[in-house]
Amino acid sequence: MSEFKPLPDQPPPPNTIGAVGWMRAHLFTGPINSVLTVAAAFLILFGISWFINWGLFDADFVGSTRDDCSGEGACWVFIIARLSQFIYGFFPEEQIWRINVMFFIFAACIIALMIEKTPKKGWISLFTLVGFPIISFYLLNGGIFGLEEVETHKWGGLTLTLVIAIVGIVASLPIGILLALGRRSDMPVIRSISIVYIEFWRGVPLITVLFMASVMLPLFMSAGAETDKLMRAMIGVIMFQSAYMAEVVRGGLQAIPKGQTEAAQALGLSYWKTMFLIILPQALKLMIPGIVNTFIALFKDTSLVLIIGLFDLLAIVQSALNDPNWLGFSVEGYIFVAFMFWIFCFGMSRYSQALERKLNTSHR
Amino acid sequence: MANQLNEQGKAKTSFWNDPAVRSVIFQILAVGAVVAFFLYIINNALTNMEARGITTGFAFLNDTAGFGIIQTLVPFDETYTYGRTFIVGLLNTVLVSFLGIILATVLGFIIGIARLSKNWLIAKLATVYIEIFRNIPLLLQIFFWYFAVLRALPSPRESMNLGDSIFFNVRGLYMPEPIAEDGFGVVWIAIFAAIAIIIGMVKYEKKRQLTTGKTFPLFFPSLGILLGLPLIVFFISGSPMHLEYPELKGFNFQNGMTIIPELMALLLALTIYTAAFIAEVVRSGIEAVPHGQSEAANALGLTNGQRLRLIIIPQAMRVIIPPLTNQYLNLTKNSSLATAIGYPDLVSVFAGTTLNQTGQAVEIIFMTMGVYLTLSLTTSALMNWYNKRIALIER
Amino acid sequence: MKKQLVSAVAALGLVAVSTASLAATLDDVKKKGFVQCGVSTGLPGFSNPDDKGNWTGLDVDVCRAVAAATLGDASKVKYIPLNAKERFTALQSGEVDMLSRNTTWTLTRDGSLGLNFAGVNYYDGQGFMVSKELGVKSAKELDGAAVCIQAGTTTELNLADYFRELGMKYQPVVFDTSDQTVQGFEAGRCDVLTSDQSQLYALRIKLSKPDSAMVLPEVISKEPLGPVVRQGDDQWFNIVKWSMFALVTAEELGVTTSNVDQMKSSTNPNVQRLLGTEAGQGKNLGLDDTWAYNIVKQVGNYGEMFERNVGSGSALGISRGLNALWTKGGLQYAPPIR
Repeated sequence: MSEFKPLPDQPPPPNTIGAVGWMRAHLFTGPINSVLTVAAAFLILFGISWFINWGLFDADFVGSTRDDCSGEGACWVFIIARLSQFIYGFFPEEQIWRINVMFFIFAACIIALMIEKTPKKGWISLFTLVGFPIISFYLLNGGIFGLEEVETHKWGGLTLTLVIAIVGIVASLPIGILLALGRRSDMPVIRSISIVYIEFWRGVPLITVLFMASVMLPLFMSAGAETDKLMRAMIGVIMFQSAYMAEVVRGGLQAIPKGQTEAAQALGLSYWKTMFLIILPQALKLMIPGIVNTFIALFKDTSLVLIIGLFDLLAIVQSALNDPNWLGFSVEGYIFVAFMFWIFCFGMSRYSQALERKLNTSHR
Repeated sequence: MANQLNEQGKAKTSFWNDPAVRSVIFQILAVGAVVAFFLYIINNALTNMEARGITTGFAFLNDTAGFGIIQTLVPFDETYTYGRTFIVGLLNTVLVSFLGIILATVLGFIIGIARLSKNWLIAKLATVYIEIFRNIPLLLQIFFWYFAVLRALPSPRESMNLGDSIFFNVRGLYMPEPIAEDGFGVVWIAIFAAIAIIIGMVKYEKKRQLTTGKTFPLFFPSLGILLGLPLIVFFISGSPMHLEYPELKGFNFQNGMTIIPELMALLLALTIYTAAFIAEVVRSGIEAVPHGQSEAANALGLTNGQRLRLIIIPQAMRVIIPPLTNQYLNLTKNSSLATAIGYPDLVSVFAGTTLNQTGQAVEIIFMTMGVYLTLSLTTSALMNWYNKRIALIER
Repeated sequence: MKKQLVSAVAALGLVAVSTASLAATLDDVKKKGFVQCGVSTGLPGFSNPDDKGNWTGLDVDVCRAVAAATLGDASKVKYIPLNAKERFTALQSGEVDMLSRNTTWTLTRDGSLGLNFAGVNYYDGQGFMVSKELGVKSAKELDGAAVCIQAGTTTELNLADYFRELGMKYQPVVFDTSDQTVQGFEAGRCDVLTSDQSQLYALRIKLSKPDSAMVLPEVISKEPLGPVVRQGDDQWFNIVKWSMFALVTAEELGVTTSNVDQMKSSTNPNVQRLLGTEAGQGKNLGLDDTWAYNIVKQVGNYGEMFERNVGSGSALGISRGLNALWTKGGLQYAPPIR
């Protein structure tokens, strides 16, 4: 009896493997799908080729005035000529190094935090959240160490956008934590106050909040106290943002099993010790993606400050579009701003998704 | 002191260590702080306003406004009051939010489903759409549609023209307006009758399906009745309606219906932006339905459409509704960005022009905030009710 | 960590808080060392920032004059750009010490907003600007036109009155800032742009082809524009008022930036009183006797100010017209300084 010899595997039918097979499975599964595919492919090819031609091949990059633009494609000369204003606002030219230093510290902190193996991450994040804002405030505002004072109304452009977004997120985090704890408190009064606060700010549009902060806040303060416009806008942003942050924190707190609280209580820990030593450290880890997502939302919302007359990135580009020397380049201007915002937001959302995936696996 | 108490044999905690007492004290303090805070603020506001001679109160609502508004859903001209500008602004906000919600939902569902399509190209296209539009600030998108796209539109004299009845130019979209004549009421009755018949049919069909298991196609007959019945009545009663066509008179088109470019730009931006978020909501909702459900549906021989409509979407809706509500609320609140391009919504008309003409910032801002707050709270209350109704009833 | 965060935020907050007193704006200004002046967000000729953020214009010069009178240094001004909507609230709330932002003097504003108008630095009237190719020669032909306006201005009300009076229809297209108004006009969103005539000239040079637009002859309203202060501080009100009068008086007496030092030795008692060589005028306002000298030395007289910013020396090229001195058939008139 001969030994059993299995027949060699037949190769799969040629139309199910390779490029052809992939296309059959993913692009041309049926008549309707095939039509859709062809239409979409046509649309994409047409759109992309037009866009590349307009934005790259026919575009003008070199020059200093509008006469350097041929008018066939995009006129990036406009963006390049104004770039420094778009980034630094009306900051005095000889002081711009201060903003660069701030950007550098910020980038260093972020990179250190993103790399997994950095030692002493806790201290670095503490510095990013507490030390960095204070340092950057003095860097930007000046007034000490012989730095010339630069008033806030000269701040603008991308710098201002980042300042508002970062201050908004850093300051709203602790307030949000307190509100979230308040909302889950056993004390009915505390709970109601927190709920009313959270629902109120979540129920009104940011623009009315900014408007209120901008024109009404001074009426509410006792005679004598007066804050500058940027400060008031920030107060508005923080009040608004802390309500959203509270909901993120609440979500994180809810994910922690009740056993943790009970165990901590059994050990005789007080409420605050339970929260800050046991619950929050675990919850904060879960909250990071949520925090990043609110940060993205806040980052986009900072563009609203243009309505109360602050010159953020969008506002400064919008005003440059009105320069008689550069009229008619609104598409280029808007694409530039869109691109800047998109890079930041997309990067952050990718980061938050990756983080979510990582945290997810570690919890199973 | 606690030790002393213990020595006396009463194992009682001192009263400030008693959690119950502490909590009461803490709450009283909190109430006190909040009350004090508000008293302080109100007192400041009143003294400041008096010191500066600012008028207070709501009497201004009865004063004549004296300015015009480009789009009004209720009769309005310069002789109406400031109170009326509030109504006009409010209705314009409601209009743009309502249209925006419908359009964004439709677009969002299409893109959300497209993202899960088996067609690789379509799925990627949907992903690109979502990633682009939800990562760009809405205000920028509004500016883009208004200031960048508007410039490219033709002037009224060179309008795009569709059959001499629909015109599209930089001033807006002009369409014929149906004007009802005497006797049009019959047609309304016919429409209601048609709706009643359809409801009856649906009920009957459900009952029959439960008893006999036979299905009966409902969609096309219903559509037929809804369109056919009023049309028949309309023609029998002698067509009691005519169309008023827009015509170029002087500078602009007169008569007919107009959609102003501000509304178009705002609606377009709100729809495109919110649809990207709704698409993600829809996708996660559909993905939350176990794969077995799709397989079971396929095994039963349902078509793709039937599977989505009868099996997947109804189950996905439970997951979709809460975040969808959030998106609707966001859209409503975001509609306040209208003020940036001059669409006459509540913030633009009332918290803008009216505030400036009267100078009564406190009253006006609070009224405006109150409106949004009411809209938000009502919507979420309604949605909570709906959510409870469709929630999965488990053993 | 939380405590540190909170205190950091609090520190951030406190640094930016400065104090100001409601009653005595002058003391407050002296303490701060600068005048906070509300100006427009950008209107060539009146208040406009250049690329570097330096402000120039007729309205800006009023702020500088007040700073020169109170602090002796015209550069000690902090400009707060305000749009039409927020200007009064900003002044009422004390965010700015004065508002110099082409603001029309009306009874309602004077009476019920808690404001005082300190004078008129530009007599204006509302006009219309149209594209030349429309072929319109008069505002009376504008029936049915779409009109671009800036929100929150008296313009909105005048426009409504004018069209109602003539029985004409119009579509108001309302924008937040004057920049957007121009953009809307440029894009063809409206047939007509209406604003104060001076602004029309200023906005016209912001068009890509200024020659393609023309200003119609009709002036449909009176628009006396001037600086505004809060009610309840008469001393500050007087200072702003008389700073304006000093500018006009200086022109009347022929005192200019270049000759002010020679004029100090003038024998004309009016000049002596103005420039403080005859002591005593300053203390009536709570200022040094050199207050008006500082104004003229550092800012110039009204005529110089006008020519430099909006007149023949500028891109706007507006003629003096109503804004000439009363001695030359205009309306600019100052009570005697004595």
